[in-house]
Amino acid sequence: MGIGIRIENLRKVYDTPPPSAARGGGFSFMAQRSAGSKEKKEKKKKFEVVALDDISLEMRAGEVFGLLGPNGAGKSTTIGVLTTRTRPTSGRAFIGEFDVWKEQVKAKRLIGVVPQRPNLDFALTAREVLLFHGAYFGQSSREREQKTQTLLEQFKLTERADDMVRNFSGGMMQRISIARAMMHDPQVLFLDEPSAGLDPQTRLLLWEIVREYNRLGKTIVLTTHDMAEADSLCHRLAIIDHGRIISQGTPQELKASIPGGYLLRLRFDRAPEELLAVLRSLPGVTEVRSADHIAADVYADRGGPLISSIVTAAQAAGAELHDVHIAEPSLETLFLHHTGRSLRD
Amino acid sequence: MNWKTFYALLSRDGHVARRNLLPTLLQNLLQPLLLTFVFGRILTAGGMMQAGYKTVLLPGVMAISMVIAGVQAVAMPLITEFQFTREIEDRLLAPMEIGWLAVEKIVAGMVQALVAGLVVIPAAWLTMGSGVHFSFRPVEFAVVCLLVAMFSSAGGLALGCSIGPTQIGLMFSLVLAPMMMFGCAYYPWSFLSKFPVLQYAVLINPLVYASEGLRGTLTQSDHMNTMVVIAALAAINVVLLVVGLKKFHSKAVS
Repeated sequence: MGIGIRIENLRKVYDTPPPSAARGGGFSFMAQRSAGSKEKKEKKKKFEVVALDDISLEMRAGEVFGLLGPNGAGKSTTIGVLTTRTRPTSGRAFIGEFDVWKEQVKAKRLIGVVPQRPNLDFALTAREVLLFHGAYFGQSSREREQKTQTLLEQFKLTERADDMVRNFSGGMMQRISIARAMMHDPQVLFLDEPSAGLDPQTRLLLWEIVREYNRLGKTIVLTTHDMAEADSLCHRLAIIDHGRIISQGTPQELKASIPGGYLLRLRFDRAPEELLAVLRSLPGVTEVRSADHIAADVYADRGGPLISSIVTAAQAAGAELHDVHIAEPSLETLFLHHTGRSLRD
Repeated sequence: MNWKTFYALLSRDGHVARRNLLPTLLQNLLQPLLLTFVFGRILTAGGMMQAGYKTVLLPGVMAISMVIAGVQAVAMPLITEFQFTREIEDRLLAPMEIGWLAVEKIVAGMVQALVAGLVVIPAAWLTMGSGVHFSFRPVEFAVVCLLVAMFSSAGGLALGCSIGPTQIGLMFSLVLAPMMMFGCAYYPWSFLSKFPVLQYAVLINPLVYASEGLRGTLTQSDHMNTMVVIAALAAINVVLLVVGLKKFHSKAVS
């Protein structure tokens, strides 16, 4: 038995900067503080940031679901709402049968959360972080001691168990955060960009731990902007950009939805319309886009074999080819196709 | 309400407080020791103050200790925990309504305030020597102590959720320092009768009721009516609790 998640028409508009943002200290009086009420309203509007714009989603029980998108797309806000930490402006979210906003305590029992930045209790040691977390969830002292020992071993933290976590490295903090989220054996595990800042080895360890936890029938929701991670871990994905869902499905379905599959990113000294027209007529090419008549994105069902014809076409048009990048069918190209931007932009 | 979680949160705070026992004790004890020594011993021994001043001073110093301890015990950790590290998040995710976490912070702060207040009595006795005339009224004293402890930690909650780490210095110089000077800790409220405006202006300062309340229930020196003190402290408590909880909610949920 697993727990599914449902999101209905979720909207979140921040009218003040979210508190987690590194808010500068000091006073910050606005210049037009003395403005009249009408102007005040206008000023207030300037603060409005639409983080989620009518998102509906369903994450099935027992699956690994990925939210993929660039920074600021709305991934963390979605996680924030689902984990009771962010109040939605409108819409509803359910963990299992519980409305996360109306039945917070019941929802909180079902979830474990690994935040984007480690938010460990710096006044405690690694062992105490786990022990107290267990205590918050009402575990008996024997139960939490056993569980703590197991997790410390699993995450290779036994040697440093009695050190203060504030002295830990980033990777160790991340590991103890994940161990803490698993401490009360939650039915749903949220991981917000879990592999950001991890070395490749620790990343593989993390993936293995996630897969193993999922094999126990637990639902896992993770956010990432790493295509490889989404591809290898997730059963299903939703691609988010500017607070909207652009596309969703299994990684295979999503990749199959890209026209042609291959993406050739070309750069010329100039790419006149005649050249683009010739490129469009090449065999296997499904779509050619060029915003600035210098670079051109060619979607096609083949990659390398097209190069010679492209070079010929460029020469015929009197243009010079400066750079070629061939991307095989991937989520990266999918994202690019839908947004016109690379995930790292 | 989930008592197991509440108790676990309290024991976490207790655990951290025990770990910092020595620095906390020093922090809470040094100031009252110095104050009572200088004002209660040096100045009275030299004849600059009358011997009776010791009795006036002791409850005031106790009130200051409680207020500072309570405010610090709640506000300081909150300011750190609500910073960008969001250390508090783990506790916000504990299976309990988040308002109870604020209540737990207040309870933990009250315990620290009470300890800080009670250790002042023997400590001050030591530095000032004999000459303090006690007139102890246990039930009223307990009520006043509890109300003072509560307003200081509820105030700590409101302050801790309102200011950022860079404003801690300002909090001390703009809020706590005037509060101490105009808190009737070093003189009874009736002494202000020569400054009528000031005498009524200081009534918004909760420390006035703390000092006067302790003065009335611990000694026989000149003091405000204890029932008035209790009523005022209760009202202040309600206001600070409402403000503190509201601020806590808006800080905890984005």
